[in-house]
Amino acid sequence: MQLDAKIPGGPLAQKWDRHRFELKLVNPANKRKYDIIVVGTGLAGGAASASLAELGYNVKTFCIQDSPRRAHSIAAQGGINAAKNYTNEGDSIWRLFYDTVKGGDFRAREANVYRLAQISNNIIDQCVAQGVPFARDYGGLLANRSFGGAQVSRTFYDRGQTGQQLLLGAYSALMRQVGLGKVQMFPRREMLDLVVANGQARGIVVRNLITGQIETHAAHAVVLCTGGYGNVFFLSTNAMASNVSASFKAYKRGAYFANPCFTQIHPTCIPVHGTYQSKLTLMSESLRNDGRVWVPKKPGDNRAPQQIPEDERDYYLESKYPSFGNLVPRDVASRNAKEQCDMGKGVGETKLAVYLDFADAIKRDGREAIERKYGNLFQMYEKITGEDPYETPMMIYPAVHYTMGGLWVDYNLMSTIDGLFVLGEANFSDHGANRLGASALMQGLADGYFVIPYTIGGYLASTSFSSVTPDTAAFKDTAREASDRIEKLLRINGKRTVDDFHRQLGQIMWDYCGMARNNQGLEKARGMIQELRAEFWQNATVPGEEKDFNQSLERAGRVADFMEFAELMVIDALARQESCGGHFNEAYQTEENEARRDDENFCHVAAWSHSGPDKDPEFHKEPLIFENVELTQRSYK
Amino acid sequence: MTKNINLTLKIWRQKGPEAAGTLETFEATDISTDMSFLEMLDVVNERLTLEGREPIAFDHDCREGICGTCGAVVNGRPHGPQKGTTLCQLHMRHFANGDTLVIEPWRARAFKVIKDLVVDRSALDKMIQVGGYISANTGGAPDANAIPIPQETADLAMDAAACIVCGACVAACPNASAMLFLGAKVSHLALLPQGKPEAARRAAAMVREMDQLGFGNCSNERECEAECPKEISIINIARLNREYLKARILSTVR
Repeated sequence: MQLDAKIPGGPLAQKWDRHRFELKLVNPANKRKYDIIVVGTGLAGGAASASLAELGYNVKTFCIQDSPRRAHSIAAQGGINAAKNYTNEGDSIWRLFYDTVKGGDFRAREANVYRLAQISNNIIDQCVAQGVPFARDYGGLLANRSFGGAQVSRTFYDRGQTGQQLLLGAYSALMRQVGLGKVQMFPRREMLDLVVANGQARGIVVRNLITGQIETHAAHAVVLCTGGYGNVFFLSTNAMASNVSASFKAYKRGAYFANPCFTQIHPTCIPVHGTYQSKLTLMSESLRNDGRVWVPKKPGDNRAPQQIPEDERDYYLESKYPSFGNLVPRDVASRNAKEQCDMGKGVGETKLAVYLDFADAIKRDGREAIERKYGNLFQMYEKITGEDPYETPMMIYPAVHYTMGGLWVDYNLMSTIDGLFVLGEANFSDHGANRLGASALMQGLADGYFVIPYTIGGYLASTSFSSVTPDTAAFKDTAREASDRIEKLLRINGKRTVDDFHRQLGQIMWDYCGMARNNQGLEKARGMIQELRAEFWQNATVPGEEKDFNQSLERAGRVADFMEFAELMVIDALARQESCGGHFNEAYQTEENEARRDDENFCHVAAWSHSGPDKDPEFHKEPLIFENVELTQRSYK
Repeated sequence: MTKNINLTLKIWRQKGPEAAGTLETFEATDISTDMSFLEMLDVVNERLTLEGREPIAFDHDCREGICGTCGAVVNGRPHGPQKGTTLCQLHMRHFANGDTLVIEPWRARAFKVIKDLVVDRSALDKMIQVGGYISANTGGAPDANAIPIPQETADLAMDAAACIVCGACVAACPNASAMLFLGAKVSHLALLPQGKPEAARRAAAMVREMDQLGFGNCSNERECEAECPKEISIINIARLNREYLKARILSTVR
């Protein structure tokens, strides 16, 4: 199939305006005749549910958490970007667009990114109107801070809890619509499959996580806002329940999966400390505004950090990248930390850590100023490690954080299945091969508040629908397949726990498909994943019953999907014989160890379609055409 | 320093909302003091699974103290003994070898037990649905800097908005009151100029809903403030009372 991104014609700056005019509208009185399913209630799902209900559509919204307010967007710390230029530094929509395309190592669509930059300003307005208590200056105007990959301060923030506050804004708008009867809310439901009838996405199969009952729900369109797949690595900064299952089921039903190998390893996380560890904790990138990253110059230096004199410290980011310093993009910062540790200069018990030091900032601005900016982050660090970052430098190491890959969508955010829209981290669209800090919140809210309300109308108004209810064969068959799989999982009755399998899968992915990759390792990983997956279905043990609150069963289903999905990631990584952004193939690097792209052969989106069980997925290419920016070697020096 | 400790756990087991529950005893051996409390429970659950027994059900998600999903009463204290800490951020270095820990779910009339340590907190969402928002449809917002808000006001609103809705305040209160949660939400919105037009209606509707959902009244025990993992101040309850009085006496809202 030829992938058509449906990018509108005309000059870049006018595409979105023109497209909104060209999209067909659903008459206000007719909107109530359409049912829309939204899966997931993070920034994208919460914002989409509320906005679509405000327009008059009947919305059914589902989440796996006990409350829609707990989706993992809540954990985002540092901030949200917008091109407001309130700081008078020369920011503009064009600059935010350019920084994002460059930060993504030129593997994102120009038109999508430009639209994102345009919408960014509306998002801040909308959030303030909802009562999001952004940080302000003494005069009462909004404050900004800087983030990696940009030389202007364009990040709006709520202390270290920006994601929480933005999500509460979207959640409150959603709750208002629930109160008004326009949204029916289904918490503690997990999507098990997508129902496709006559080539259109018409509903979903879910498991009620309290009773274990399988339920089916029909609609005219389905909007997936189910987040990223970072937990394929077992250890990541994602929440424990974050998973790939909804996206992967959609892939198996015909949606293409784009760039699955593009994963983001965040440079500032608390290092791993033991095999029992269940997750990793991020320390916001905003800390790099004031913290200085360093390692001892001498490998194997075991002295306490305070005892290492200034001239025996290597502030490697500042010396290597004088113009961006500690604020280089995430992929660059992560790879450099790995490089230092590989040279034996790592610190701490495991030697897999570097220092993030605030001593200079505290001396310069005073402890109070630092506490005001980062108090809750310092407190979080202290709780986890038992060390006080006001006194001793933080120890940090990169960890899996975000996934740029996701279901392929066109300019309307529709997947290759008609009527299946994908928003937020779950789609692949805007961040290319590396996402800049404070851009995930921007994208989730842009998709939910300001893109889907228009594009879904265009689809509904131009599509004819036959009557499809949960009694039809498509629903019954899909529901039966879902319960058969549950029974199969409960019957394995083996000797290893699901978590044990998940941990091993994660280790394979981290070792061979993590920060640095090579062809030999990827080939090896592919075999290892296949073996592990076979063993899983022979030797996993899933206690408890089907028709009950059963967290072991929930996890088993998710890990089973990760086992299949991991192979797709490896296949994609092998197919992309270049380095770009978060995908670093050791064979392709510059003399200074930076990622070396191959624009001649790989300036495209790699989209994969499912070909059936145990068959290799089929490759499809969407060429990326750059008419407005010049492709260059990224330089942050 | 990392070391390993042994603990005796007495954990509430309950099959479902209607079933009777009981405290069951487990030995948690070789627990690293670097583990979080929930990682300790993971270890116990892995062992139960391998013994063919059903693991202990407990709610959790982000494991970094922000989503508000986790929580249990440990030796009588919601989220355990550390101040300003969620259960997922409580680390085992705060316990001693040989300790016995009694672990129970939140107990309140408005929070039914679903299974073991998992409770139904949907009542808190219901309170938000009747007024815990500012009615601002997508699309019509003025420029974000159109209304300057004094930094102090924004900070106070943020202090209140930091509530993670874990429900510990309800579990800590002898009356199972949700006044700290409600006070925080009403304060956050009433402090800001954007929230003022609906302030009276919001306070009246949310208090009415709270009463109907079976939460108790505030009798100034201050247990909620002491146990809140985000250290939300009871000043917010005072502010709620003022907003409620203003609504009932000075406004036309009923």
